[in-house]
Order: sequence, then structure tokens, then C-alpha cells
Amino acid sequence: MRHLISIEDLDRSDIERICDRAAQFSEVADREIKKVPALRGRTVLNLFYEASTRTRSSFELAAKRLSADVVNFSASGSSVEKGESLKDTVLTFSAHKPDAIVIRTPWSGAAELVSRWTPAAIVNAGDGKHQHPTQALLDVHTLRSRLGSLDGLRIWIVGDVLHSRVARSNITAFRRMGAEVTVAGPPTLIPRDIETLGCKVSYTLDGLGEADVVYALRMQLERMHGVWVPSLREYARRYQIDGSRLRPGQLLMHPGPVNRGVELSAEVVDSPQALITAQVAAGVVVRMAVLYEVLAHAPAPAREPQPDHTAA
Amino acid sequence: MNAPILVSAPAAPADLLIRGAHVLDPRTGIDEPRDVLIRSGRIAEIGAPGSLPADEGVELIEAAGRHLFPAFVDPHVHLRSPGQEHKEDIASGTAAAAAGGFCAVLAMPNTDPVIDSPALLRSLRDAAARQARVPVGFMPAITRGLMGEELTEMAELREEGAAGFTDDGKPVVAAGMLRKALQYQRLCGGVIALHEEDPTLSAGGSMHEGAISAQAGVAGIPSVSEAVMIARDAMLAGYEDGRIHIQHLSAAASVEAVAIAKERGVRITAEASPHHLCLTHEAVRTLDTNMKMNPPLREESDRRALIDGLRSGVVDCIATDHAPHARHEKEVPFEQAPMGTTGLETSFAAVYTHLVRPGVLDLGLVVRRLSDGAALFDLPTPRIEPDARADVVLVDLNAEWVVGEDGYVSRSDNCAFDGQRLAGRVLLTVASGAVAFRADALRREEAAA
Repeated sequence: MRHLISIEDLDRSDIERICDRAAQFSEVADREIKKVPALRGRTVLNLFYEASTRTRSSFELAAKRLSADVVNFSASGSSVEKGESLKDTVLTFSAHKPDAIVIRTPWSGAAELVSRWTPAAIVNAGDGKHQHPTQALLDVHTLRSRLGSLDGLRIWIVGDVLHSRVARSNITAFRRMGAEVTVAGPPTLIPRDIETLGCKVSYTLDGLGEADVVYALRMQLERMHGVWVPSLREYARRYQIDGSRLRPGQLLMHPGPVNRGVELSAEVVDSPQALITAQVAAGVVVRMAVLYEVLAHAPAPAREPQPDHTAA
Repeated sequence: MNAPILVSAPAAPADLLIRGAHVLDPRTGIDEPRDVLIRSGRIAEIGAPGSLPADEGVELIEAAGRHLFPAFVDPHVHLRSPGQEHKEDIASGTAAAAAGGFCAVLAMPNTDPVIDSPALLRSLRDAAARQARVPVGFMPAITRGLMGEELTEMAELREEGAAGFTDDGKPVVAAGMLRKALQYQRLCGGVIALHEEDPTLSAGGSMHEGAISAQAGVAGIPSVSEAVMIARDAMLAGYEDGRIHIQHLSAAASVEAVAIAKERGVRITAEASPHHLCLTHEAVRTLDTNMKMNPPLREESDRRALIDGLRSGVVDCIATDHAPHARHEKEVPFEQAPMGTTGLETSFAAVYTHLVRPGVLDLGLVVRRLSDGAALFDLPTPRIEPDARADVVLVDLNAEWVVGEDGYVSRSDNCAFDGQRLAGRVLLTVASGAVAFRADALRREEAAA
């Protein structure tokens, strides 16, 4: 695997291979010395155009546990604010010859675009509302660790599907692993034609009882009120996963950070049914597996960047 | 007395004998091999193949197996002058038009500054009189600065040669504003051409709202954002007895809205672009920024409706909406990229390859619709008949080429058909009686002869 850009690029066996390797790496996290030399001498660049603490630190930790060198770049206070284009930023960093670039941007398709400009392996850490493939992989890994398999599992993804790259990646990943997926939320937050991804659509939680797994999405509070839903109060009344809606035996997931009292009630967040901290732990080992997959597992990439504009 | 709409740089009138080409002009009814003699820029004589002699001073072009059509007229191009000459200018844009077989184009006003004053229009026409390879006319803005708040000096603009008026790139959002423009049109004439979208439905969108936008996580532009504005503006035009033209239809619902208005007797016409006739939102799946334009590429059912509309005449003409952008502007993430594709150099070949060759549309109909825009804006319609001014295009239908492989005549390369293998290559364009374009292939043949 040369890059990880979209979950669409992975078939079931790819997903299983990455999760199996993640399971091997989870043993490392339990050691006193939490480091293996797999990527010693390799350089991983974290290129983040969006604020992110958890995803970035998860990638950083993953790279360091594999003994890679890590460089962090965030767009604020940088050349980006001086007007440098994405392409020039990538060409500049590419000149330092990183082996992998982990990139997060607010723009759909940016990770794919960047892969054309650098010989480094690209790992998409979120491109706009498009894809967040390592989130999908860590969620699959979390469920496999808990249940062994996703085959026949019924998974409900609840909330703001419209603005969610997590939903888009997870629908595909869960389907490829054999699960049935339903997305549920207010009609204003369910994109038209989303069922072309192979999921069912529900505007109420009436059928939520059938779910084996309830996956709640984060409401982006600052952009929601009065525009996409009449009020967060009404949203919470109709779509919040709370103790009355989560039946015993159902598993609860959330990509974080949680808005307690909005999409989830405090009692379910703190209940043993919630896998939320297991997801965070899975994040590091799955990202180790992904970095290993694109770096150690593949031959080192060609060193010369492809010429872009032919110099006369 | 209004100034003439079209202006171009002086050029020597052509003296050509185009021998043996299959002449196809649906308006004059010719559809057979003919010799066409052009003297001093006018069609002097049309005769049986091989019957006309190449007199001294007349260049002979052996054209057996090629096709000669009335040249094309494009009522919708962006020449980007003034202010955006890094994308295109009058010289490069009209050269691209000539290379595409066009003998006249109308330029849109969404430049920097906006073409919204008589003084600016005059200066552009002066520039065109020095630089334009084919005749060009200008469509100044309906509202100052395209802001939708105050009318431009429409009457004086008409006196200075305005072909009509448009806020293209933007809709006239306020119905009351458009109504005033339609009322004022009674004084000065000039077609009011409308870019239709309701920004409360389309704002923030970068592609058609549908399966691809849902999967890509890109905000969509619903097809109804276009259709509801067409319906509204057709009502207004009917009420004021105004003359409107709907630009770049993209959706089945829009074709329907135009058809209903036409049935009701509204003075409304409409255009469709080659990219909307040939491509769908499937082409946007890879988030290729050359496929990003406004209105967006939509669904197969929309494309089919546009084709049916073109056939039935609900859609009056083909217009390219040639919208050049510099490479650095398009080489960015999809949502950040500006809207637009170039189209002048590929319009005939794209429509011929995608629609005529597979038998969807007749060649004669396509040739017609590629110049039907002229009459809508009171421009002369090219005709292949004795004594007509020579506005003709010689095409090799069998020549296949890969778009962009040899570069573009346009200053920009953001073409939705880039990389496609198309059939139908323009060999020679005679515009307003002068040779405006000659393909390298034709030059080589002549050198070898």
C-alpha cells in the first residue's frame, strides 16, 4: 500500500491485515519501553491545516513508538498565513525528504492532490468532510477486538452525517467488513443520495433498538444553532443517546470529542457499554499499523520529486 | 443610432477556392460536395466539385473528404479583459475562438473592473478593434459592479454597442431589480441574459447535489436552485413583456421551466454548453478541478433533457461559457478552485464525438445550433450562399486528436475535455471574410503540395 487516502481504496483483506498488525502492536503499548525499531531512521511529517490535538498526538505517538522521527507543522503562524499555496508548502517540506506525510486539511480531495506533488507516502488524517480513513480503521479494530467480527452486525450512525468525514469513511468500512449500516438524524443533516454508499436512512431513532452498535457523531455546536437544527435542545430531545434509548447489550461509540448533554448523555458516556476510550487507545496502534504498512511494508519511495512544470 | 455590436482587428479579405469539401449548411439547404470560391472576403460562387477554376491571386485548398460549415457563433465567452489578463485577453481568447471554428463571440462583463460603464465599454471596443482575431461583441452588466443594486446606464451602453446585458457569474437576486431592468429594456432594447441560481439554495456549493457530493462530502448545488429562478424570471419577463435569454442550462427541471415559459408566449431563449451536453457529475468524482464549473455537471437524466431540448428547440443554441483560469488558480483543492472550464477550442469536437458520432444528434442540427446564438442577439447568421460574407469553417471529421496534447491557443488550460481523444478537427476558419485560423496540419499539406 503506497498511500492511505480513502477507505474506498481498501478491500476487506487490506482492512483485516492492518487491524491484525494493530493487534500485534497493542502489545507494545503494554511494555515498560513502549518502542520498537521498525521505522528507525524514517521521517514522518505531520502537516495539519486544521486544529487537532487528539488525531495529531495519536499519529505522533504512533510514529514515535515505531522509532520514526516526527516533524509537526501546523498552518497557523506559518507560511500559509503569508499566502503560500498548499502546493508550495508541500514542495517545500518535500525537499526535506520525509518518508511519510500525514495530512489534515479542511478541503475534500486535498490528500489525493498532495500525493501527486511529493514522493512521500501520504496518510490522510482528514480531508474536509470527505474521508478520515484511520478513524474508520480504528473503529473497525475496536469492534473486532471486542466482538471478533463485524459480519452481520447492525450499526446505527446517529447525528450530523452531512458534515461528517467520519460517517463517510465508516459507512464504507463497516459495509466492507460485513455490517449493515443505518444513518439517522434530522433531514437537514442527512445528505441527499447518501444511500448510494450502501446505507439505510432514518430520520428518527424509532428503530434504534435493532442496532448492535450505536455510533454517535459529534455536533459542531458553533455552526448548528438555528441553521441546521432549530435548537440544540430540540436536537438533544430527539437524537441524544441517553440511558432510555441505549438498551442493554448495545455498544456505544463516538469519535470524540464528546459534547456531554448534546449527542450523548453523561450516563451513557460513563457506562461500560461505551467504547470511547478503547477507540482512543486503538487510534495509536492502528496508526502504527498504517505507518508501518505504507513505510516498512513497501519499498522506499523514489527519492526525486517528479518534475511538475517542465523548466525551459 | 447604436454603434455596431461586433468589432475586430483589420484583416486582409480572403481569396480562396475551397475545392470539393462536403458543404453542409442546414439554413441554405446545401448538403453535398461543392467548390466554394471566396473573393475579397465574400462567397463569390458555389459550384460542382472540380468545376471552379483557381484564378490568379486565389489560394486553392484541396478539401475533398473535409466538411465546410457556416462558422460558429458563441454568445457566451469570458475574455477576462480588463484586469484578468493572466487568464485570457481579447487577442488570446479570440484566437482560441478562431481555432474552434467561431466567427463571432460575445464577451461577458464579470471582469475587474466589471464592464458596467460606457467609458469602459468604449475602451474595450477600441482594444478589440486592434486585437480581436474574430469579431467580438460585449455584454455589459445589468447592475453596477454586478452588485444587484443599481442599473447600469443601459441606454448609453447600447449606443456604445452593447450586445445586451448580463450579470453572468451571478444571478440578479432581487426580483424587483430584474423587473426594473426589464422595464428599462423597452427604452434601449438589448437581450437580458441571465445566470440563474438562487444563492440561498446554492451558496457554498461546489458541485451538483447528488450521489457524488454526498460521497465526497462536498456541499452541493441543487438543480432546483437554477429552475426556481428561471421560473421566477420567466414570470417577470412575461409580465413586463421583456426579452430574456437563459444562460448555460444544466438541469432537466430548467429545460422544463423554459419550455413552459415558451408555451406561455414569454420571449425567452436558452443555451446549453458542450460540457453539460457531454459530461455528467460522474466526471467530478475524482475532484478534478477542471470539472468544477457553475452551473455544475449534473446527472445523466439532466444531460438527456438538455440534448432533447436542443433537438426540439426548447434549447435554442450551444454556447461554450468558455471560462479560462490560470493553472495556479485551478491547482488547489476542489472546494477552493474557481468555477469554469475553457471550451472554445473543443466545442465542435466534443459535441461531434459525444453526440453526433454515436447517433444521438444529427450533424446538421449540431452545426445549426452552434450558430443559432447569432440571431438571438441580433448578430448576422453565417450562411453559405452566393454573395454572403464569408464566415465558414473547414473541418476534418475523421481527424482524431487528444485534447491538450499540443497545448491550447487559449492562455489557460483548464479544459474539462483535457486528455480526451476527440474526433473532428478545425482546419480553417474564415471570419468576417478573413482567414482567422489555419491549422498546422493544413499548412503542412500546403507546403507538401
